[in-house]
Amino acid sequence: MSESFEPQTYRVTRADLVRYAGASGDFNPIHWSERVATGVGLPGVIAHGMFTMALVGRAVTAWAGAGDAVKEFAVRFSRPVPVPDTDEGTEVVVTATVKEVTEDGDTRLALTATCNGDKVLSLAQALVGKR
Amino acid sequence: MRRPELLRAAHCSLWGMPLDQTFAGRSWPPTDTYLVGREKIREFAHAIGATEAEYHDPEAARALGYPDVVAPPTFPVTITMAASRQVVNDPALGLDYTRVVHGDQKFAYTRPMVAGDAVVCVNTVDEITTRGGHWFITIRTEVRTEAGEPVVTAWSKLVQRGEEAHS
Repeated sequence: MSESFEPQTYRVTRADLVRYAGASGDFNPIHWSERVATGVGLPGVIAHGMFTMALVGRAVTAWAGAGDAVKEFAVRFSRPVPVPDTDEGTEVVVTATVKEVTEDGDTRLALTATCNGDKVLSLAQALVGKR
Repeated sequence: MRRPELLRAAHCSLWGMPLDQTFAGRSWPPTDTYLVGREKIREFAHAIGATEAEYHDPEAARALGYPDVVAPPTFPVTITMAASRQVVNDPALGLDYTRVVHGDQKFAYTRPMVAGDAVVCVNTVDEITTRGGHWFITIRTEVRTEAGEPVVTAWSKLVQRGEEAHS
């Protein structure tokens, strides 16, 4: 059992980070201020980890076919997602592989998210319920 | 007798500021009620680019059996992150938030969060560990309705990065 899904690509710009900051209430300046981000040793402004997780969540719900299908969802943030101040921003690519179908008919997905070829998440997985 | 090299070692925080490990296993009283708003869910769904009808259209959500629009899977963090300030802002814990990065995040859902839910959060520190000068704290936040019905449990592992050794 190792069915894979079509990779999903999401564009991420500075405007997306500002919008996410407002919607989520996470106003940490490393997500919008180059000065603060470089001051703490980051390569520049980085995406909220939870924004990256939200994009992975979009891929999972798209594959599952329903927004309420996810029973468990877990990630480890292994690398930052730098977002340059350009119109193009950057891209996050999400992939999934079926690891297991449980006795209850739920599907466990192993997930990856990459940015510029680097894995930005590790140990990412979701348990998706049968509808 | 003065031992300058030891004093320096103590003050340069080679191992980072220690966290109070007696916080592990502690729980806090339920937070004030948070009322989940339809427009907040729509705003969050818009911000992550999620266009599924059940996040935006109450009729579509009702067709799936919910009383109002449902929230995307990571929406609960907007509530649990604020609730966990109860723990991380306690000066006795000793967490230096300027050195904190988000390590892991996990959710286990009983059902999706739905507009109109009046929820409270109960925080528990599951674990505090240290390795290589870094400190790790896992906060479990149980989100339930005012009536006590479980909705979702969130685990956030925060990492307080150790400081570089100064010479």
